[in-house]
Amino acid sequence: MPWELKNDRPIYTQLIEQIELMIFSGVYPPGSKLPSVRDMAQEAAVNPNTMQRALAKMEDDGLIITHRTSGRSITEDARMIEKAKTKLAQEQISDFLEKMQLMGFEQKEILTIIDNMVKEMKK
Amino acid sequence: MSAILECSGLTKQFGKKEALSEVNLKVERGQIVGLLGPNGSGKSTLIKLANELLTPTNGTILIGGKKPGVDTKKIVSYLPERTYLNDWMRVNQLIEMFSDFYENFNPEKAYDMLKSLKINPEDRLKTMSKGTKEKVQLILVMSREAELYLLDEPIGGVDPAARDYILQTILRNYNEKATVIISTHLISDIENILDYVIFINQGQVVLTSSVDDIRDEKGKSVDSLFREVFKC
Repeated sequence: MPWELKNDRPIYTQLIEQIELMIFSGVYPPGSKLPSVRDMAQEAAVNPNTMQRALAKMEDDGLIITHRTSGRSITEDARMIEKAKTKLAQEQISDFLEKMQLMGFEQKEILTIIDNMVKEMKK
Repeated sequence: MSAILECSGLTKQFGKKEALSEVNLKVERGQIVGLLGPNGSGKSTLIKLANELLTPTNGTILIGGKKPGVDTKKIVSYLPERTYLNDWMRVNQLIEMFSDFYENFNPEKAYDMLKSLKINPEDRLKTMSKGTKEKVQLILVMSREAELYLLDEPIGGVDPAARDYILQTILRNYNEKATVIISTHLISDIENILDYVIFINQGQVVLTSSVDDIRDEKGKSVDSLFREVFKC
């Protein structure tokens, strides 16, 4: 997966989001080992210090576990991952709702549009 | 350990013209730092002072706690803005010369990088394009295991694809304790790899900040902040 970094937000927060996505989508399944900081930094074309910072934050959040001798791995705690996943979904949805409000939609209208679109997709 | 680069009250005058005035600056180890400023802001002057190519009119500059001189040159690897290499020399002769000159030069590293950039070590410098010459120079500089790399406009003359490779090279070859200072005005190309930026204008430091702090607090890239600060 290519790393896409935007210019207007801190790099480490974007790295966290992308690594989270890789965990949720199964690129890094629960319990799997992560590459070294250096390798990950190189792949994302960012400074190793920045990658380090992102991974440290994810460790604080409980998504990543650091082993003293053998690097880092993804947590095996499925609830932890589920929690982070829900949090990410909530963030995305609240961004979306904010934009819709700016466009002048009422909550009810938004739900109707979503409902209709889901039905369309099912067909 | 002392900061890798420390300036206090650093002033450099050329005749009546003040190129740097009262610069106070501290750069810690283990970082990639962007030295950013418009043309004629004093970037190269600062780098030359760190290399003892110039001496301060006033104030001090210290490299790892020492004044620039023989001892500091062992730990500083410098890429000047203009080439100083003899262009009749072949790349492998240059590598030999650098191995002679610097204890911390690693020829294997240099040959590796030449290979991935498809540069023939048998080629003479004078047969090469401007961009290729720049690549060779950067390879020589990055093949030293230095504590401080001073890169004066390292990506100015090369195409975007080679630019990416060069940035990768910098990332790959600097170790965690080393500091890399890159002077440039091609900010958007390098800002993802910087820890820290120093904005310099008319001989004075106008801003020092971590890149993520700039994005966090101002919600914009270093590149757009630069355009704002130095708006003509």
